Amino acid sequence: MSFRDRPIRQKLMAILLLTSGGVLVLTCAAFLAYEVVTFRQTTLKNLSTLGQVIAANTTASLAFRNEGDAREILSALRAEPHIVAAGLYDKDGRLFARYPSDLPVAALPASPDRDGYRFEHADLVGFAPVAQAGSARLGTLYIRSDLTAVYGTLRLAGAIAALVMGASLLVAYLLSATLQGTISRPILALAQIAKGVSERQDYSVRASKVASDELGVLTDALNQMLSRIEGQDRALRRVIAELERSNKELEQFAYVASHDLQEPLRMVSSYTQLLERRYGDKLDDKGRKFINFAVDGAVRMQRLINDLLEFSRVGTRGKPLQPVDVTRVLGAVRANLTMAMADADALVTHEDLPTVVGDETQLVQLFQNLIGNAIKFRGTERPHVHVSAQATAAEWVFAVRDNGIGIAPEYFERIFVIFQRLHARDQYPGTGIGLAVCRRIVDRHGGRIWVESVPGGGSTFYFALPKQNGEQAL
Amino acid sequence: MSDAVRGQPVEILLVEDNAGDVELAREGLRECKISNNLHVVGDGVEASAFLNRRGPYASQPRPDLIILDLNLPKRDGRELLREIKEDSDLRRIPVVILTTSAAEEDIVRSYSLHANCYVTKPLGIEQFLAVVRSIESFWFSIVKLPPR
Repeated sequence: MSFRDRPIRQKLMAILLLTSGGVLVLTCAAFLAYEVVTFRQTTLKNLSTLGQVIAANTTASLAFRNEGDAREILSALRAEPHIVAAGLYDKDGRLFARYPSDLPVAALPASPDRDGYRFEHADLVGFAPVAQAGSARLGTLYIRSDLTAVYGTLRLAGAIAALVMGASLLVAYLLSATLQGTISRPILALAQIAKGVSERQDYSVRASKVASDELGVLTDALNQMLSRIEGQDRALRRVIAELERSNKELEQFAYVASHDLQEPLRMVSSYTQLLERRYGDKLDDKGRKFINFAVDGAVRMQRLINDLLEFSRVGTRGKPLQPVDVTRVLGAVRANLTMAMADADALVTHEDLPTVVGDETQLVQLFQNLIGNAIKFRGTERPHVHVSAQATAAEWVFAVRDNGIGIAPEYFERIFVIFQRLHARDQYPGTGIGLAVCRRIVDRHGGRIWVESVPGGGSTFYFALPKQNGEQAL
Repeated sequence: MSDAVRGQPVEILLVEDNAGDVELAREGLRECKISNNLHVVGDGVEASAFLNRRGPYASQPRPDLIILDLNLPKRDGRELLREIKEDSDLRRIPVVILTTSAAEEDIVRSYSLHANCYVTKPLGIEQFLAVVRSIESFWFSIVKLPPR
């Protein structure tokens, strides 16, 4: 798990510890550096003081070339355990006496170097002039101190720093473990609530506000959002329940229409017809005409009821949308319209047609209504209906073009409304449902339908179906 | 066919609550070549009593064909159809559903309950009479039925 995916509690702890740890490391490093620098300076100063003292003491022994004396004085360096070697050179640079006395001559420089104190490898070395006050130089004192004292002090300082750092980090850990809770706890509580809401769709829970800081603002905002969603959710459920009920009522209505409304209608038409059959010879022409009107009315009423039923079923009886080969749809339409096509000597042609997402039965009905209309409203020429399809980025746009009587532009919208007719019944039969059903089918597929036409110049009905189809609620 | 050939009238039970439709059925059957006895009951309960020869129907014959409407008072045609088709004896009698309903669910349900055929009452008188005559001629001249 990468750092960004870790729980916020761990992140906060890590941030607090890294911050305090970083500060501590810097502080300790500065402390150690200061220690090293000052201690080296002190050591240098001590050694130079010692060198001056020894040099002053050895002037006499060098002046009188008393070797024993010089060795004696040098041996006083035993009191300083860090002095590992010392040598006294005469004015010609020859080694005169050395400390410790058993030190091999090779361990000392062959001749004195320039005066002064400096760090050389792991040691501190110094050359001090030996001279009597106001007189010429008698020789040189060489003195070498190891740095174990420096390192010892450094080790101690390091140990102290490590101890301080450890203790500080422990305190920082304990403090941050306690303090991070004030930030992480409300966030965790919010996260818990948000998770619960999305998992259980329970919008009745509320987060409790701990403080008035930004988290408090967040908590208030979440609670407000939750109560708004709760209200909307309740309203939505109510609407869904109402919709379901009205849908059920519509189903009920459809059944009533298909059965209960037709039963009395059938009685009217059957018995007027029976009347004509039995007593037709006793009626005059007018009487028979009246009977014809009554029968015609009943028949039309039944057709209206059936059409209304069909219209209402587009929404309630639709099958799930799935891929449909439109060429096959057109084949079925051709078979259904064989009679009409033969009667009108109609020619139905089509281009390459795609596969779309839809309800096959309804697509058959859609094409059948459009092609059927194209044949029904034919002009004086031989009817020719041409079906084509064009792809846009998101849609398939189908066109059903005819060479029929055409439609005036002012009716382009009206023709899609249920029971709207443009022609007298005796001129073109029909109830005015076909295009309304078409529109409802296209609506259900999430598409659009429209017409382009010139009176006398034929019509082209277009409808667009989305390529990706999620079913539209009707 | 055997009954018709023997000259014995066929027995038809019409379960129908609409007097108008009963009259139309009589009209249709009157014009039939095959001699028939039409028995009419108005609801599912009566029909069940007739078929099981209970009460006033004790001496009634067993029908050769049942013409059944779906929407009936008291006990509707669907329930009666289920009862008939679950009875090991009565289930051999062909049942013709003759109803106004053209609803898909009624058609599917009737066949699921083993109706022998489903006919929607047509609107025109001529067509109605033709349907009744067709039912009669199909079931009594064309189809072979089990012996009574």
